[in-house]
Amino acid sequence: MGQLSAVADSVFDVSIIRLQAAVALIGRFPALAGIDLDVGEGEVVLVQGPNGAGKSTLLRLCAGLMRLESGEGTVLSHDLATERPAIRRSVGLLGHDTALYDDLTVRENLDFWAKASRVDASAVTPAMERLGVADRLHDVPVALLSAGQRRRVALAAVVVRRPRLWLLDEPHAGLDPSGRDLVDQLVVDAAAAGATVLLSSHEVDRTLELATRRITVAGGTITGDVTDAR
Amino acid sequence: MLADIRLVAAKDLRIEWRSRVTLSQVVPFALLVLVLFGFALDANRPVLDAATSGLYWVTVLFVGLMSVQRATAIETTDGARRALLLAGVEPAAVFLGKALAVALQLLFVEVVLVGGVIVLFDASIESLPLLAATCVVASVGIAAAGTLLGALVAGVRARETVLPILLLPVLAPVLIGATRAFDDALGTVAVDGWAWLGLLAGFGAINTVLGALAYGVLLEET
Repeated sequence: MGQLSAVADSVFDVSIIRLQAAVALIGRFPALAGIDLDVGEGEVVLVQGPNGAGKSTLLRLCAGLMRLESGEGTVLSHDLATERPAIRRSVGLLGHDTALYDDLTVRENLDFWAKASRVDASAVTPAMERLGVADRLHDVPVALLSAGQRRRVALAAVVVRRPRLWLLDEPHAGLDPSGRDLVDQLVVDAAAAGATVLLSSHEVDRTLELATRRITVAGGTITGDVTDAR
Repeated sequence: MLADIRLVAAKDLRIEWRSRVTLSQVVPFALLVLVLFGFALDANRPVLDAATSGLYWVTVLFVGLMSVQRATAIETTDGARRALLLAGVEPAAVFLGKALAVALQLLFVEVVLVGGVIVLFDASIESLPLLAATCVVASVGIAAAGTLLGALVAGVRARETVLPILLLPVLAPVLIGATRAFDDALGTVAVDGWAWLGLLAGFGAINTVLGALAYGVLLEET
């Protein structure tokens, strides 16, 4: 963790996410009701809050998947109002859905997403090995996997993209202890490599070990922001 | 763009091949519909002969609905639509790839159904080129309109029931044009089938262009 802090301290001055009075709607409901947030390069930010607070919406907004209804924002130097396609191509999002095709095998799914993302196919095998889905599971249809195994494959799809910004929504959910440790190590390694990580989790104790900063979201606004959360 | 179209179409066709939905469910369903039409009208043989083309294309529309439902479900079940946006695949390529896969599945079922009307309804083919061209062009039109409307209802909770209500009226020109062209190809009614094929081609072209332009907006908003 000390190594991670040293890397993070040196690069925090570069802004990766900058939101000013950001409002995002789900239907007519303001899921984000005026968020101000500035996240620097290499930061590992834990987003915590109760169910329905707006954590997932915040991650999806930062992924360029939601329209910025009002306010301003940039992600990876791209304007959230006008350059969402460029943002999407640069981030890695693990959402509640795994975005896997049931009738394709693990390998076929990852090959498809690598090609679709214009990523070198040679990145697939190392990612599968890293997530422990290379040996027994590579030619198994995703429909036959457990929820935890699906989660690992979805994480492998994020790893394949080598994103500069990782957006992880409940990344530990459904994983066994070894899988949870693996997620922690992925976050540490991503941050050590200079990537920025925004993750939401209800496992606050566990995630605080990883985070350099903790923000609390409630009612669509940020109600707490603690740097050096550990 | 072409590589993305191929990628999406190959993915959908591979999923179809693995799941065997077309082979094990859609084809038997389509043949069953033909058999039931035969039961209903066989007592009046001239009516059945005159109605063969229309019954064939009504059956194809049912099949088209099932194929489009399935193609839409592939992307909506586990959030793959969002992942396609994140991957940066051109929405037009997603649309064209998915429509191509649906069209190829439809063509396969149409070939089986032609065998069905020959065996069950005692139909004969007077113009194979017209029949083949009608199948290809109508499949493109059905697939394009279906894929577009499938994306439109993707975010709707009761999309399985909403899609037929939206799609069947839109496909009325296909039903009319393809039936007339088939009447000519099967020699059941003296009409200019090639002229009706022109109508079908126009419908297919308009829906393909419209779909390629609008699919991105639908991916974003639904």
